[in-house]
Amino acid sequence: MEQTSAITHSVMLDADKCKGCTTCIRHCPSEAIRVRGGLARITSEKCIDCGECIRVCPNHAKRAVYDELEELSKYEYRIALPAPTLYGQFNNLESVDYVLVGLLRCGFNAVFEVSKAAEIVSGYTRRLLKEGRAKTPIISSACPAVIRIIRSRFPYLCSYVLPVKSPMQLAASLARHEAMEKTGLPSEKIGVFFISPCPAKVTDVHYPIGLEKSDVDGVISISAIYKPLLAEMNKLKDPDIISESGLLGINWAVSGGESSGLMQERYLAADGVDNVMKVLDELENKRLPPLDFIELNACPGGCVGGPSTVENPFIAKARIQMLRKDLPFYKNDYPEKGFGDITLDWNDELAYRPVDAAGTDMATALERLSRIESLKEEFPGLDCGACGAPTCEALARDIVEGHAGKGDCLFFLKKSLEYIFADTKGNAVSMTDENGGLK
Amino acid sequence: MPDNVLTLHYDIEGNDFTSAGEASGDVKRKLRMLGISPNTIRKLAVAMYEGEINQVIHANGGHIDVEITPQLIKIVLSDEGPGIPDVEAAMSEGFSTATEEIHNMGFGAGMGLPNMKKYSDTFELETEVGKGTVITMTVNIE
Repeated sequence: MEQTSAITHSVMLDADKCKGCTTCIRHCPSEAIRVRGGLARITSEKCIDCGECIRVCPNHAKRAVYDELEELSKYEYRIALPAPTLYGQFNNLESVDYVLVGLLRCGFNAVFEVSKAAEIVSGYTRRLLKEGRAKTPIISSACPAVIRIIRSRFPYLCSYVLPVKSPMQLAASLARHEAMEKTGLPSEKIGVFFISPCPAKVTDVHYPIGLEKSDVDGVISISAIYKPLLAEMNKLKDPDIISESGLLGINWAVSGGESSGLMQERYLAADGVDNVMKVLDELENKRLPPLDFIELNACPGGCVGGPSTVENPFIAKARIQMLRKDLPFYKNDYPEKGFGDITLDWNDELAYRPVDAAGTDMATALERLSRIESLKEEFPGLDCGACGAPTCEALARDIVEGHAGKGDCLFFLKKSLEYIFADTKGNAVSMTDENGGLK
Repeated sequence: MPDNVLTLHYDIEGNDFTSAGEASGDVKRKLRMLGISPNTIRKLAVAMYEGEINQVIHANGGHIDVEITPQLIKIVLSDEGPGIPDVEAAMSEGFSTATEEIHNMGFGAGMGLPNMKKYSDTFELETEVGKGTVITMTVNIE
């Protein structure tokens, strides 16, 4: 796969499978993909890892780059951090303990539930709201794809993003600390692996936002661990009860779950990239009612809709609902004294990182944008994608930036050919007969 | 046309609440491409969005012309709607002539014109009952 810059995202193309069909370019919410030379190419700095292209590719040519299970052998002591979405992947699951004990039999020495850390993050957020220490409405920072949308497209909203570790990052810090105390091993001999529904989390581990370094060492997809884990789970009878989270933490897997953890009504929960962008737009335009909290998930239905899950999001959601029936609301909270050296706060608030600047200075950008606007008028405005760019405007921009030519537009090309084949009087001649066939 | 001016034109459909906000959304996107500061984009977003919504609700549509130079953004909203009979009242916060139905849709809070004035750096309003309204706003680029 050809990269146009340093790799800072986790969705990749399998060039052998790509047919250059242009389905992905029209579904990519950040217009990060172009088809050139018959292959899809992802512009790294624009990709937000939402996984839309993985979902829509008819040839399964898009995939997320995860760590393999073999990576575990690099570490002396291995910890699994299961995302609560994992619990929704299994039929007739009696308790979460089957999954947790199953993971222990898949080569892990310990498990630390991300849902447990989620309950702590919920408690911490409740505290921030109660003490008035955060600008409202607080925008959740748990979905890394949403964070990437905000920091590149909604500069004004960056300061509203909750500057607090996601449950995954917190779980990793707490699990590593616990393991070091318990085993006496140095940090580098302990491997912390997140079991993930989505590629955005991989990027969030390699390029964490708000943190210097993530405590997660590797990310394994739910789809990769599903089969070996299920095999182990099937061997279990009455597994030890080791789960330490309530229904609140498990609920984070579905849209609205994080909000319910705040125990108040002034919230909005939206899922799916289009809805997320619409809500952010309305917030920027001052159109939302006074809210305390906005929960946004890039995947439909929340994390259960992640592109690396095996189960349909609605089925997974129903299973999670049934799993919660005997659980207390929550078992964990942010402790009065905190966690010693482990803080929940980010180092900085979210910084605006524009990715679509048309030029380095205003004069250049203005001149380019004017050229794009007038060039756009030469194209039919169908946004057909046949040129390899998602819209006529995107093609105009690619041309102005020197990445494409007018001839990439089939309509423009046809007009040019008709001109070449003009009759003796210089009048353009249609190349096709009344039925659309070539003459 | 000199190179350092970008002109944009939008036609706004009356009573089309589904696509309301598309024009201001497009300008917002272009301002980002121009590398304009978050604060300026926000001011423009609120001021222009309110103007656009006003054309949808009150004026049965209209036109928006936008001019962007390195120094400022000029927005001219023109319509052939009913005009504003009492400008002073319309400019006060909370004053609204929107119908119950419009209120129920979450619009018509009476902040339209006040917000346009508040979020722009210059604001001029010309209106004639039965003829229409022209609003000219500028937002300075920081």
